[in-house]
Amino acid sequence: MDRYAQMFQRLESEKQGAFVPFVTLGDPDVETSLAVVEALVAGGADALELGIPFSDPIADGPTIQKSAIRALEKGVTPRDCLAIIHRIREHHKDIPIGLLLYSNLVLAPGIDEFYRLAAEAGVDSILIADVPIREAEPFMAAAKTHGIQQILIAPPNASQATLQQIGELSSGYTYLLGRAGVTGTETAADMPASDLISKLHDVGAAKPILGFGISKPEQVKAAIEAGAAGAIAGSATVKIIEQHLDDKAMMLTRLSEFVAGMKSATNK
Amino acid sequence: MSKQLSTKFGDYGGMYVPELLIPALDQLEQAFLNAQQDPDFQQEFKSLLNDYAGRPTPLTKTRNLVSNPKVTLYLKREDLLHGGAHKTNQVLGQALLTKRMGKTQVIAETGAGQHGVATALACALLGLKARIYMGAKDVERQAPNVFRMRLMGAEVIPVNAGSGTLKDAVNEALRDWSASYQDAHYLLGTAAGPHPFPTIVREFHKMIGEEIRAQILEKEGRLPDALVACVGGGSNAIGAFADFIDTPEVQLIGVEPAGKGLHTHEHGAAIAKGTKGILHGAYSYIMQTPEGQIEESYSVSAGLDYPAVGPQHAYLHDIGRATYESVTDEEALNAFQLLARKEGIIPALESSHALAHALNMADAAEEETLIVVNLSGRGDKDLAHVQQFLKGDTHNG
Repeated sequence: MDRYAQMFQRLESEKQGAFVPFVTLGDPDVETSLAVVEALVAGGADALELGIPFSDPIADGPTIQKSAIRALEKGVTPRDCLAIIHRIREHHKDIPIGLLLYSNLVLAPGIDEFYRLAAEAGVDSILIADVPIREAEPFMAAAKTHGIQQILIAPPNASQATLQQIGELSSGYTYLLGRAGVTGTETAADMPASDLISKLHDVGAAKPILGFGISKPEQVKAAIEAGAAGAIAGSATVKIIEQHLDDKAMMLTRLSEFVAGMKSATNK
Repeated sequence: MSKQLSTKFGDYGGMYVPELLIPALDQLEQAFLNAQQDPDFQQEFKSLLNDYAGRPTPLTKTRNLVSNPKVTLYLKREDLLHGGAHKTNQVLGQALLTKRMGKTQVIAETGAGQHGVATALACALLGLKARIYMGAKDVERQAPNVFRMRLMGAEVIPVNAGSGTLKDAVNEALRDWSASYQDAHYLLGTAAGPHPFPTIVREFHKMIGEEIRAQILEKEGRLPDALVACVGGGSNAIGAFADFIDTPEVQLIGVEPAGKGLHTHEHGAAIAKGTKGILHGAYSYIMQTPEGQIEESYSVSAGLDYPAVGPQHAYLHDIGRATYESVTDEEALNAFQLLARKEGIIPALESSHALAHALNMADAAEEETLIVVNLSGRGDKDLAHVQQFLKGDTHNG
């Protein structure tokens, strides 16, 4: 059984939803980034969603843009990021690790080669922010070859045809968009998303985890009450890094506290 | 649903955008296909082009510019179009599509400000609310165009992210659109970006080539040997080329900005020096690091300062139907001054690139050669910038 399936099975028996924090790898530098991810796991993260910094992140708001710039200014490369994941995987054999990035970084080494390297590093899933389902075929083929789950996005405006495709093609989990727009806590997720969640259930999609605009435990609770299998918080997590760049010990403490607070809201 | 357009040119193009934007792009494609079949839409578009923007634009035979007697050089005078550049053509088309889709707002990006000015004027005319993203660096170096846009009621939003130029303005426009697509149309300004933009922009500019064909046949009784246009994203070039793609005897030449030289990192020649990748929704030639990070482009001309090229140009290059050359800042500045002095026409720095290459061709020609240059815009916007350059102050480049 794959790591996401194991996680969902465990959470079901514990009557909980998943809490999944997102951070950009290499932010603010490679060594601190490793400690950041350890702090997220220590705080109780059920899975990890990790970004590779890209120069032109069109789906991201200011907070995650800045995190990418911090990492890029330190010269962090996709290979550095996969090396960080490799080290995390050595310590944490069971936690599902998802990669979130943009298509040009996958194309640069070649699609198949990128997926091979990701699998080797211990990645479970890949979500490419600028690859919609209709362009996904070569990426999904590489994912299949290398045993990686391609994560699909279900936006609030999805057509029935798109939902059907998600039903047929999704694996791992379905990234449920809480609202339109880009990442960021400036605009909160629309609640409840129960309508879209039940449609996804009807088409047989992989379990939905709600993201975009999630920053508070109440939102995690509401997402799970609406039928989501969990919630992802990206910008809210990254903001903690940004606010404590001068005090790394405090950064790590606050990150663990934040994750613990969000996790505590996942009880059904 | 009526028939769909092809989303790619060979391997190039496509729709590499967040899933969230797919419904908006599909809606746009449908609106475009319906409009192309609708005589009322075509009539309105044509009447705006003729009676408001000033089409057809003249085809001017140069009198003094070329010294080689074997060469005849014509200029397609898009510089005389309302707004000061070819940009107005397709903006009017997309603004009409905006209304057709029932949307009330327009988002646009702009580099030199020409697309922003065209968007502002079309929105003023058609009662649409425009917000225009412009790199902070460009806001500074293109102050007159910023004032023009604001004068016509558009909101100009400086973008500080990244390099503060066109690429970052496109990023910001796409981000805005992903939250506002229900009421807003993203009026993309060049023949790049995700499908259906490269096709729509070409179709709404292709009268440039159709007019060239009719005008040159009337004046010379034959088609040109070569058609030359500058290429940043590639909208004026694709508009000039479109009607000639199936006429192989006409050589199609796109001219990219070589900036300070192709041997330096300061240029914007995506076809000459770039590699294949995805930027702003399309697979094409782009300027990037080996890891896939997008590099910053450079050109003396803000309108060519873009690290990618429209996907159809990438395709025309690969199949050998068009050739792509490049011209340095210095050559373009020389052509800029030469046209002013010899013909009394001040061209845009962008168009000066096409002209510079045509002049190189003219010097080398040993046989009778008939060349048409698409003079895509006028140089008013560039006066202060060029003045600084000529004084030897190139720090503002």
